[in-house]
Amino acid sequence: MIDADLGVLLPEILLSVFAMLALIGAVYGGKNRLAEPLLLVTAVVFILIAVLVAGSSQSVETAFSETFTNDGFARFAKILILISASVVLVMSSGYLKQRQALIFEYPLLVAFAVVGMMVMVSASDLMTLYMGLELQSLSLYVIAAMRRDSLKSTEAGLKYFVLGALSSGLLLYGASLTYGYAGTTNFAGIIEAAGAGDPSVGLLIGLVMILSGLAFKVSAVPFHMWTPDVYEGAPTPITAFFATAPKVAAMALFARVMHDAFGSVVDDWQQVVALIALLSMFLGAFAAIGQTNIKRLMAYSSIAHMGYALMGLAAGTSQGIEALLLYMTIYVTMNLGVFAFILMMQRDGQHITRIDSLSMLSRRAPTQALALLVLLFSLAGVPPSLGFFAKWGVWNAALGADLIWLVVASAIASAIGAYYYLRIVYLMYFGEDSDTPLEVNAPPVLNAVLMVSALAMVIGVVSLFGLEGAAEAAAVTLLR
Amino acid sequence: MDTLLLSFVTFAPGLAALILLLVARGDDEAAHLVAKRFALAATSFTFLASLFILAQFDPSNPDFQMVEEGQWIMGLTYKLGVDGISILFVLLTTFMMPLVIAASWGVNTRVREYMIAFLLLETLMLGVFMALDLVLFYLFFEAGLIPMFLIIGIWGGKKRIYASFKFFLYTFLGSVLMLVAMVAMYIEAGTTDIPTLMRHEFAFDTFSLLGVQIVGGMQTLLFIAFFASFAVKMPMWPVHTWLPDAHVQAPTGGSVVLAAILLKMGGYGFLRFSLPMFPVGSDVMTDFVLWLSAIAIVYTSLVALVQEDMKKLIAYSSVAHMGYVTMGIFAANQQGIDGAIFQMLSHGFISGALFLCVGVVYDRLHTRDIDAYGGLVNKMPAYALVFMLFTMANIGLPGTSGFIGEFLTLVGIFQVNTWVALVATSGVILSAAYALWLYRRVVMGDLIKESLRGMSDMTRHEKAVFAPLIAMTLLLGVYPALALDLIGPSVEALVGNYDQALAQAEASTQLANAN
Repeated sequence: MIDADLGVLLPEILLSVFAMLALIGAVYGGKNRLAEPLLLVTAVVFILIAVLVAGSSQSVETAFSETFTNDGFARFAKILILISASVVLVMSSGYLKQRQALIFEYPLLVAFAVVGMMVMVSASDLMTLYMGLELQSLSLYVIAAMRRDSLKSTEAGLKYFVLGALSSGLLLYGASLTYGYAGTTNFAGIIEAAGAGDPSVGLLIGLVMILSGLAFKVSAVPFHMWTPDVYEGAPTPITAFFATAPKVAAMALFARVMHDAFGSVVDDWQQVVALIALLSMFLGAFAAIGQTNIKRLMAYSSIAHMGYALMGLAAGTSQGIEALLLYMTIYVTMNLGVFAFILMMQRDGQHITRIDSLSMLSRRAPTQALALLVLLFSLAGVPPSLGFFAKWGVWNAALGADLIWLVVASAIASAIGAYYYLRIVYLMYFGEDSDTPLEVNAPPVLNAVLMVSALAMVIGVVSLFGLEGAAEAAAVTLLR
Repeated sequence: MDTLLLSFVTFAPGLAALILLLVARGDDEAAHLVAKRFALAATSFTFLASLFILAQFDPSNPDFQMVEEGQWIMGLTYKLGVDGISILFVLLTTFMMPLVIAASWGVNTRVREYMIAFLLLETLMLGVFMALDLVLFYLFFEAGLIPMFLIIGIWGGKKRIYASFKFFLYTFLGSVLMLVAMVAMYIEAGTTDIPTLMRHEFAFDTFSLLGVQIVGGMQTLLFIAFFASFAVKMPMWPVHTWLPDAHVQAPTGGSVVLAAILLKMGGYGFLRFSLPMFPVGSDVMTDFVLWLSAIAIVYTSLVALVQEDMKKLIAYSSVAHMGYVTMGIFAANQQGIDGAIFQMLSHGFISGALFLCVGVVYDRLHTRDIDAYGGLVNKMPAYALVFMLFTMANIGLPGTSGFIGEFLTLVGIFQVNTWVALVATSGVILSAAYALWLYRRVVMGDLIKESLRGMSDMTRHEKAVFAPLIAMTLLLGVYPALALDLIGPSVEALVGNYDQALAQAEASTQLANAN
């Protein structure tokens, strides 16, 4: 019995064991001298674990009295998390080393956060959910404040911690209410209790509290306030990490809780999720217009994108989940590319994040500017880039659920949002030459990530790399 | 017929752009020449390949031919095909592009990017004319904005940024409405397949919205949404104001593409969507559109008279000529639509050539002010001859293709609405006024201005660019059947279906009233 349970958790166990052994080894070994090889090894381990997850049994497996589920949905999310975390690690090494900020704890904290995320997407009990969430969050708080000598970085970490603790509190409160009214913390039990007759008010309050906590984690409006500050304050490679893997994990958890635990009362949460999606899209679109810092701009852009992804969840159908998974995959790919570019921006060795420094970039770095142009058009959802198909998927799903008003509103929001992406293109291609031009030093790793993600936005249009079938299969397992 | 010829023609320029992007390096003269030659070879090759479409095309068949269909991502369908209405636009595009590239030989900043933008644009324009799926059409239609935005914004004149943003926002706003209508159509008909949608009967029961009676119901609303997009693209008065700005600021090649091909997307859209899919809506709106066209013809011709800038003058004349096109389309009879398509083709050659004419003198003197010229005939006899020919064609002199188009649309409209025909015919006189006056001021008279003494006549290269255009203008002028035979059957089917749908709608309304 226990053997079988452990088998289900094998990827998580292996990754934790690796992280702890590496921690001991690094503390007693060379400390920060080991940081760089350790970082690369961690990245490789992520990929190996992803291969292991992909190769493991394709059936639905549960462990420890159904508190942990490993199904197609979880596997899809895990692979995406592992690969994006691995790419971020490789991307960050050069940047951190140049600034003497590469410490050996960094890859290990990322590894622990990834373990937390893997538990999150597999959670099928409120207890497992909370465990995974906190493991991830605590690691992220520390990573955000990793540059102890930087005022902004510590401020970002503290802000993230205080607000994160608040959201955890909300979530816990909701969990306790749910437990009180449903009589169980297990998702299978909750869905049954909620589906039997009219759900009680207490259970619904619990649902709303949990929903708020989760909305914080995906940085959806009105729980988005931390995002711009943390994105701006954290060192750029860390921001790149925040923008990718944790977003996938939180979104997947959101979908799992809504469908696995509250799937019998879709009508009760559909409107709430739709409203959150709507607010996120519009706030993201409007607030980004005035930004002068590209990291803050990306923060608002991610808020808007979470709104679009939530549209897929709001549909409440398996088609919606499929669209959500594809949206997150495309979103992560785009963001990795854009952050690879942001990491290249510098002048006299100083990292520059001002948007107007991009002026006339197309003349000094034509290839990089072109790749960024493709990514920006894709982020804006201009056809025929992959970003448009991501939006098309969620629109289609929302239409299937008769959320026509949401589709129309989001089309308007995307037209508004196109403006600020277009403004960057405008600066890069039509701007004026500045006296202090931006230097684009393009280490091969960053260049490769940028080019691959830009090419993927174009070539992916042909067949989506076959991801559609995988996402469909994953979505079906969630709504079994 | 699984030859994939249409896909091949559509994506060949795009593929060439990708090769140019990945392979060509360097920023010196030699690299520029390589990029130019490569783009010219690629577009010429595409033109030759498109001739095979013509060879395989069966003019007597009014249906879509050489259809290619396949499942695509996200439940979408990839479907291409041509019929009598679209094939000539495809050929017009492939025919014009090599000339545009050849006319851009003088570009010397960021040549590689320039060529890439034009090659991509060609792929997208061809896709618009061949797409048989609503979403696919929208993709190509929208994506065409990006390269054109960059072409105006990067290689344009002094106020290029204002012009590029105006161009983008005008057309983007129009197409957002179209997207909403497309979503509504998909919900109603349950498919995005264009041939199926053409047979689908959209609801036309009158209902009231916010206290307003909507005659023609949903069809009218859908018509208006599509109209918003296509009218901006055409452009029709009063949403034409982006065009003169865009034309003036665009580089010569960009102006030619804009006038010769991009404007035709609006007219093509009316023929592909508005008339066949919303016959009742079209019928309700016909008078409105016809009067807008008549106003456009007279008003923009008058505006053209007072222009100081050569390109602006020709841009306004384009708007006037597009007025004939919308008028012919919404006359909704064989002559009217035949004439509209013919007018679009011939306008493609003529306006393209006129912008090239402006480009020739602009390259030498770097100004487009009409006042800066005068008496060019003394120094540039060959140029004077070419300019003369296209001025006459623009006026619609018999023997040139311009005449056939104008005449047919006027015949078509005369049967439908005599008053509109009367107003529109005055445009023929006005076009003679502004075009001849322009010619008089630029070419005729004595060569007084000091700055013009050094002007040299057209080079061999420039003559080579004009030769095919002259040939097409005259050929279609004396033997229009060349094009009309291809258009005929499809237009006949379109008109037949349109009349039938109207008759049915009429009958069912009467039936409903009787009950």
